[in-house]
Amino acid sequence: MLGLVAYVEGQDIADNSQCLKCHGQVFYEYPNEWTGQTDRKPLNPFHHIDSVKLHTSVHKMFACIDCHSMDYETFPHSGELRLEEKYQCMDCHGGDETFAKFNFEGIEAAFMESVHYKASDERFNCWMCHDAHGYELALRQDKPIVEVVNMSNNMCLSCHDNKFKYGLLSDDEPKSINEIHAWLPNQARHFNKVRCIDCHTKVQSDILISHNILPKEEALRNCVQCHSTNSVLMESLYAHRAKESRAESGFLNAVVLNEGYIIGANRNQTLNYVSIGLFGLLVVGLIIHFMLRIIMIKRK
Amino acid sequence: MSEKLYLYPVWVRIWHVLNALLFLVLLVSGLSMQYSNPNVPLLPFNVAVTSHNIAGLGLFLLYLCFLVLFVFTSNRKHYKIELKGLPARLIMQMRYYAFGVFRGEQAPFPTQEEAKFNPLQQVTYVVVLFVLYPLLIITGLPLMFPEVIIDNFFGIGGTLLTALLHASAGFLASLFLVIHLYFATMGASFFSNFKSIINGYHEAH
Repeated sequence: MLGLVAYVEGQDIADNSQCLKCHGQVFYEYPNEWTGQTDRKPLNPFHHIDSVKLHTSVHKMFACIDCHSMDYETFPHSGELRLEEKYQCMDCHGGDETFAKFNFEGIEAAFMESVHYKASDERFNCWMCHDAHGYELALRQDKPIVEVVNMSNNMCLSCHDNKFKYGLLSDDEPKSINEIHAWLPNQARHFNKVRCIDCHTKVQSDILISHNILPKEEALRNCVQCHSTNSVLMESLYAHRAKESRAESGFLNAVVLNEGYIIGANRNQTLNYVSIGLFGLLVVGLIIHFMLRIIMIKRK
Repeated sequence: MSEKLYLYPVWVRIWHVLNALLFLVLLVSGLSMQYSNPNVPLLPFNVAVTSHNIAGLGLFLLYLCFLVLFVFTSNRKHYKIELKGLPARLIMQMRYYAFGVFRGEQAPFPTQEEAKFNPLQQVTYVVVLFVLYPLLIITGLPLMFPEVIIDNFFGIGGTLLTALLHASAGFLASLFLVIHLYFATMGASFFSNFKSIINGYHEAH
C-alpha cells in the first residue's frame, strides 16, 4: 500500500483547483512566453476531468499529486510525464483491512479470469471501466436500481459504444449494442432495468459485483435464469438488498418490487394459494355435479 | 325427435372458435410465464412471451370485430339483461343447476330463438365479455410496452399492479373456461352443444 494516501472517513474534498483550471475545462488558456500572447487550446478529451464528479467521487479527498507525479505542478508539463506508470487499484486497496469488505483480492482474481484481461493481456486495467476521477458507490449506497444500472452500463458503453476508447485495445470498431442484442425482447426495458454485467459475468458470492466478464458466447441467453423464482438477479443486481423476505410482503423476490417487476420471479404466495384453492374447489364441485348427473341418468 | 333452432350464425361460430384457440394459447403461455421454471418449462420462455404477445394482439383485434358485429347485428339482444326480477331469475336458474337437474326437472329458462341464454348465462357472458375481456386487454397491452406504465401508483409499482390485475383477470377467465366447458355438456346430449357451435343449430331437450 502507498504511504502517502490514507482512507479517512468524512475527510474534506482536496483542493485541486490549480489542476482543474485546465483539466476541468473544455478549452484551456495559458500565457505563451515565446509569443507574448495568451493561447487558448482545446483540452484533450481523454485528459478532461469532470470537476463535479470528482468532488462527489470516492476519491474526492485526494490531491491530484497524491496519485500523479509532483512534476505535474510545473506547466508546461514535461513530455516525459506521459510515460509515468499509473497506480492500479490494488496498489492502494490491496491487502488493507479497511477495504476488506470490498474483497479487492477477489475482484482482482475474478478480473484476471475475465475475457477483458485474457484477450488483451495486461493492457486492460481497472481504469478502463472505473473512472478514478469520478467513481461513486452505487449499490452500497442504496441508490435507485435504475441509477445503479445506468451508472454500470455507462461504464461498458464508454468503450463498447465509443470507437475512440474501444480503439485503445482493438483495431475493430465496436458493434452496435442494439443490433447484437436484437434477439432480446423489450430491449429498451432490459437495458434500463438490468446491468450488462448481469448477463455478461459469472455470478460470484464472495464479491458484490462480479468482475469475471465472460466471452460473449457464454453470456446468459436463457430467459428463465432471471425470469423464475431462483432468479440469478437475486445473487447479482439485487444481492445487496435481498434481505427482505417473502414473509414481509407475501411476494417471492420481493426486493425487486420496490423498483420493478420481473415476470416469473415475482409471485404473490397468497394469491397463488387462493387461486389454486379456488380452482381446486371448482374442479371438485364440477366432478361431484357430473357424477350426480350420471347417477341420475342411470336411475332413469 | 328434438327441435332444432338456428342460433349461431357463421360469424358467431368463427369468432367463437378463434376466440377459443387464442384463449387456449394465452392460457398456456400465460401460465408458463407466470410459473416459469428452468427445470420444468411448460413452454420455453421466449416461445411463451412471443406466442402470448401474438395471441393477445389477435384476441384484441378479434374483440374489436366482435364489438362491431355486436353493435350491427341482432345478436346483441341476447345480452340485454332485464334487471327487473333478475335476482329471482338467477336464483331459479342456480336452484335448477344445484337440484332440479338431478330430479329431471325442466329447465326454467329453456333456449329459445329470442333468448338463447338463461339468466345466469346472460349475466356471466356480459361480465366476461364487457368487464373481464376489457380488463384483460387494458392491462395486457401496456404489459407489451411496459415503458408506458407509470412507475408508481399510490405506493405500488405500476407494472406490478398491472401484472397482478392481468393475471387475476386471466385466472377468472380460466375459471370461466372450465365452467363454460362443463355446462356445455348439459345440452340435449353430452356433445350436442359442442355440435351446435360447429353447425349453428341448437338441439332442444
